[in-house]
Amino acid sequence: MQNQFNFSNIKNLLITIFLCLFSFPAFAEINNGDTAWILTSTALVLFMTLPGLALFYAGLVNSKNVVSVLMQHFALACMVSIIWVIIGYSLAFSEGNDWIGGLGNIFMNSIELETASGSIPESLFATFQMTFAIITPALMIGAFVERIKFSAMLIFLFLWVLIVYVPVTHWVWGGGILSSWGTMDFAGGIVVHATAGTGALVTALTLGKRRGFPKSLTPPHSPILTMIGASMLWIGWFGFNAGSALGANAGAGMAMLVTHISAATASLVWMFIEWKRFGKPSLVGIVTGMVAGLATVTPASGYIGVPGALILGLGGGVLCYLAVDFIRGKLQIDDSLDVFAVHGVGGILGTLLVAFLATSTFSGLGLPEGQSGMSQFFVQFKAVILTILWTSVFTYLILKLTSLFVSLRVDEQEEIEGLDLRSHGEKGYHTD
Amino acid sequence: MKYFIAIIKPFKLDDVRSALTEIGVEGLTASEVRGFGRQRGQTEIYRGAEYSVSFVPKLKIEIAVPDEMEKAVHEALLQSASTGQIGDGKIFVLDLHSATRIRTGETENNAL
Repeated sequence: MQNQFNFSNIKNLLITIFLCLFSFPAFAEINNGDTAWILTSTALVLFMTLPGLALFYAGLVNSKNVVSVLMQHFALACMVSIIWVIIGYSLAFSEGNDWIGGLGNIFMNSIELETASGSIPESLFATFQMTFAIITPALMIGAFVERIKFSAMLIFLFLWVLIVYVPVTHWVWGGGILSSWGTMDFAGGIVVHATAGTGALVTALTLGKRRGFPKSLTPPHSPILTMIGASMLWIGWFGFNAGSALGANAGAGMAMLVTHISAATASLVWMFIEWKRFGKPSLVGIVTGMVAGLATVTPASGYIGVPGALILGLGGGVLCYLAVDFIRGKLQIDDSLDVFAVHGVGGILGTLLVAFLATSTFSGLGLPEGQSGMSQFFVQFKAVILTILWTSVFTYLILKLTSLFVSLRVDEQEEIEGLDLRSHGEKGYHTD
Repeated sequence: MKYFIAIIKPFKLDDVRSALTEIGVEGLTASEVRGFGRQRGQTEIYRGAEYSVSFVPKLKIEIAVPDEMEKAVHEALLQSASTGQIGDGKIFVLDLHSATRIRTGETENNAL
């Protein structure tokens, strides 16, 4: 025993020396394989918003509001890109304090052709992160469709990206407070889904219900568009989660596998629940389950194995289903496309459960040094609470501030006639 | 001359068309319409929420025929559009006081 122990110590020492000698110089260089995969992932994550999420949401609204939903996504994607270049990236990722990054990279001025971030060009890292900054506020569109004023949406989300998304990104991925606590959030359970979900709930409450909610609404106008959009989200999510490994490596491969398994499991769970309850398995139901499974696995995707993915798919499917019923049915909150119930609840569930599922008990890839399941759970829990508090307070204040400049909602007549024609002068469908 | 307006289930259009051409009807007009009758609407369920759709899609068929064909057309419509289920539709018959074929200027029965 004693001999064996010594032997393994020596082996570890040799490995450490080997890593120090050979690996570090390699990591300082830009790696072609890693760069190729993150280039691909960046395109995949933008594809999630344009047109994935846009179509997913567009199919779920009335045919008189389909253009407005697509327009909101497109304009938002362009606006966030510019915010990100001017100041967002700098405040999220350059050296600052616990709460916010600095202004050292304003207009991305320190990014040069050969500047590296890990093993990829920093220009690529900044673009990859830009696509996350785009999809997070875009997810919130689902909370206020069919009634928000277009100009109000632009002002609100402009401020929201700077005051909610950018700081929380800095806390988790930019070396801020949550990262110093040791919070595990691989691809954005906190950064993306908890912020967007919470923001959506607050927005729905502040903005109020649509006319006719919940009794006399019109059903989703095209489950077909919704299925096409959802499928694009699924594919794009490979870039989102496996891309978050920031390299073409073993971690990326495992992240892709667990992402897929969780999505498939939650889809089936949702389908069977509806089949049992209403007698029919529905298309809108199964694809909603898919989104729930993907949101749930996101924070955990770099830390868990196959058993963890099955558990998250099952848990996310059941809990998000119950959350939809509870928020829309019981509380009667018109979070119109269930952003909080699906993204918020899923993202938070995955953020909390990763503390246990990353352990070897569930074939996970391990917790940070010195943590047990319970102690890590506490870290995760604190991180979720802080994120929810920050997001709720500032989302509410930003909405109130926005309402000083423009009314948040369109007038009643426009809501009845549809946003497409009155706000944008276009119709989604012409019958002749 | 008689003018028929029949509201039928959309999937019955082909049956209705062949039944009518069999008895010598030489033209009809069909349009997609929405409405409700005793069938009321229908219920759809999305994400656990029930949506009542108060207007059901139907087809409206319009036919103009000489007086002596009224009985046969009525019978053919009744037979071909029926499923025996709720929502089969209605047949309305109106007196038609004039008809003209635009190309030739022919009128009345010659125009049908």
